[in-house]
Amino acid sequence: MSDGTRGNGESDQTDTDEAALSARLQRLGERLARERAARPSDGPAENRVTTASGYARGLRLSSELVAGVVVGAGLGLLVDHWLGTSPWGLVVFLLLGFAAGVLNLARSAAAKN
Amino acid sequence: MHLDPIEQFQIKNIWPMLSMGGHQIAFTNSAVYMLLIVVLVSLLFIGATAPRAIVPGRLQATAEVIYEFTATTLRSSTGPEGMKFLPFVFTLFMFVLAANLIGLIPFSFSVTSQLIVTATLALLVFFIVVIFGFWKNGLHFLKLFVPSGVPWVFLPLIVPIEILSFVSRPVSHSVRLFANMLAGHITLQVFAGFIIMLAGAGVLGIFGAVLPFVMVVILFALELLVALLQAYVFAILTCIYLNDAIHPGH
Repeated sequence: MSDGTRGNGESDQTDTDEAALSARLQRLGERLARERAARPSDGPAENRVTTASGYARGLRLSSELVAGVVVGAGLGLLVDHWLGTSPWGLVVFLLLGFAAGVLNLARSAAAKN
Repeated sequence: MHLDPIEQFQIKNIWPMLSMGGHQIAFTNSAVYMLLIVVLVSLLFIGATAPRAIVPGRLQATAEVIYEFTATTLRSSTGPEGMKFLPFVFTLFMFVLAANLIGLIPFSFSVTSQLIVTATLALLVFFIVVIFGFWKNGLHFLKLFVPSGVPWVFLPLIVPIEILSFVSRPVSHSVRLFANMLAGHITLQVFAGFIIMLAGAGVLGIFGAVLPFVMVVILFALELLVALLQAYVFAILTCIYLNDAIHPGH
């Protein structure tokens, strides 16, 4: 099944590799879509994926906020160390880091998957 | 028996190879396990796909399920353009998954409970995103830091926040995996230590040791779930970050 398409891909030069790959992917996609349409859709598999990603999301959210604050504090301390502006670098970057953490948190909570 | 819960994470030199600038570069137990993971995963997939049967056998069906799962995850977050990253994401997913699962075998070494390993993987993803983003989109990649529809008055505030949020990604990406594996293994070891301590404390202690034993069994099941989910989370976050490199601008 894959032999015919693979032959084309390998004979191409490197600069047309990208185009060849996308063409192959498109052909494969079309063929898969035809196969999928012929087959009855498998509902339970979809459900399994969404429950797993629900757990995964829960685990993910916990560390997003912390990472932002930690990176902000670290950058602030570095800036203070280099420029001797203690404690203003820490204050500013900690606040920015907190905002970045909340932004990360909100973004990954709002994402669909 | 080891009652010290930290001892399992110790790096031991197995074969000191050379020293460079005062640093010793050695073949450690961590390196042995990484090599083992790569060999095992390679053998599994070479063995599974060698028959190329139209009706897959058990091993081939396993490989196909894992492939389908990774491909669906990648396609749903990056679209068809991201499929050229499938080999990368698949390798990363299998490496982390195998490392987590092998680490659960008693007396084995858990590679993903070393921050340096997870940080290396996370930084690899980070730099691929940055380099591919600039190579593919040029300076348009910087639009990632300028959300559309924000009044220009707020930009001096929003852009640093966006940059910080981008820079903090490898931190959360690596620390999440590392901390989960570390905490899980320490908890298991502590409860297993309770069994030994209680069992050594006479007849009553042997009955008492049943309680931490039940706890260890339950925790082990939980750790199995965590091992699978953390590998999945690592892969899906890689997909989400790659999506930013392919389609910058929210």
